[in-house]
Amino acid sequence: MSQFSTQIQESLLSQFADSKYELDIYKEHNFTFSVTDIHAAMAYLKSEGFIFLTDLTGSHYPENPGAEFQVVYHIHNLSENVRFRLKVNLSQDNMHIPTVTDLFSSANWMERETFDFFGILFDGHPNLSRILNVDDMDYHPMKKEYALEDETRVDKDDTFFGR
Amino acid sequence: MVKIVGAPEGIEGQGFFATSFDKVIGMARANSLWPLPFATSCCGIEFMATMGANYDLARFGSERMSFSPRQSDLLIVAGTISKKLGPVLKQVYDQMAEPKWVLSVGACASSGGIFDTYSVLQGIDHVIPVDVYVPGCPPRPEQIIEGILKIQELARNESLRRRDSPEYRKMLESYNIQ
Repeated sequence: MSQFSTQIQESLLSQFADSKYELDIYKEHNFTFSVTDIHAAMAYLKSEGFIFLTDLTGSHYPENPGAEFQVVYHIHNLSENVRFRLKVNLSQDNMHIPTVTDLFSSANWMERETFDFFGILFDGHPNLSRILNVDDMDYHPMKKEYALEDETRVDKDDTFFGR
Repeated sequence: MVKIVGAPEGIEGQGFFATSFDKVIGMARANSLWPLPFATSCCGIEFMATMGANYDLARFGSERMSFSPRQSDLLIVAGTISKKLGPVLKQVYDQMAEPKWVLSVGACASSGGIFDTYSVLQGIDHVIPVDVYVPGCPPRPEQIIEGILKIQELARNESLRRRDSPEYRKMLESYNIQ
């Protein structure tokens, strides 16, 4: 691990009391932040040269009560070549998280996508609407609460396919 | 040797030839179909091969690809159509002038194919009427040519009044067109 990433890691853990750090088996740096800290943490990292938001996505863990949803940020410092992964756990009763579009313009569409598929609400987003699915869809399809084979679907006709 | 289409059935005599409009217009339409390729994925690549020199769709009078729906006779849908793209496809079909035909190329356009999922249209016949289906994933260029020949057969034998018939109107209404 480089001296730079150790220094940033220590600074983050001292600034944000609720944060946790973990080095996973692939030697990737994983941080967990609370909803209230994430925007400040991202702002601090951006000021330290993490100027590239590689990815922003969500995931659903229905087996974790109180932390069913997770928002994951992948952030990259291009000059030091250090990559951090930031996670925020959300309860399904409160799906709100502050937007980071004011820091990273690329977060705009990625937050819309995360909203589209998981229903996570990014407070302060300039236009939080569906981006990939049809506009009149009334559910968030990547939530693990739908059966893989939906017997009630009316749009498919298997008569000639023997499925 | 230049091969041209022979004259339709008719009454021939010294200095005159008589036939019906049905036959001669059908013949003209069938041999000069202007396709509009609506290609979204791998079937589109096979369609490009069909258009290329090896398979040469131009032999059948369809060398003129029209990327304007208003000037085309044949809509070739090649590839997966997602539910979000459905209204766009329907609009393209709406903009085409009669008479028009639709060729559905490949499993995805015909039935959704392997994409048995919430976001993919399970066959374009949910939004627009289809004349000929070409099976395959993706179909070979020979199969696409066969599909176009079937369309030609439909165009050649179509009655001039078919598009005014109540059955045709009813069919369009069932798709909520016009």
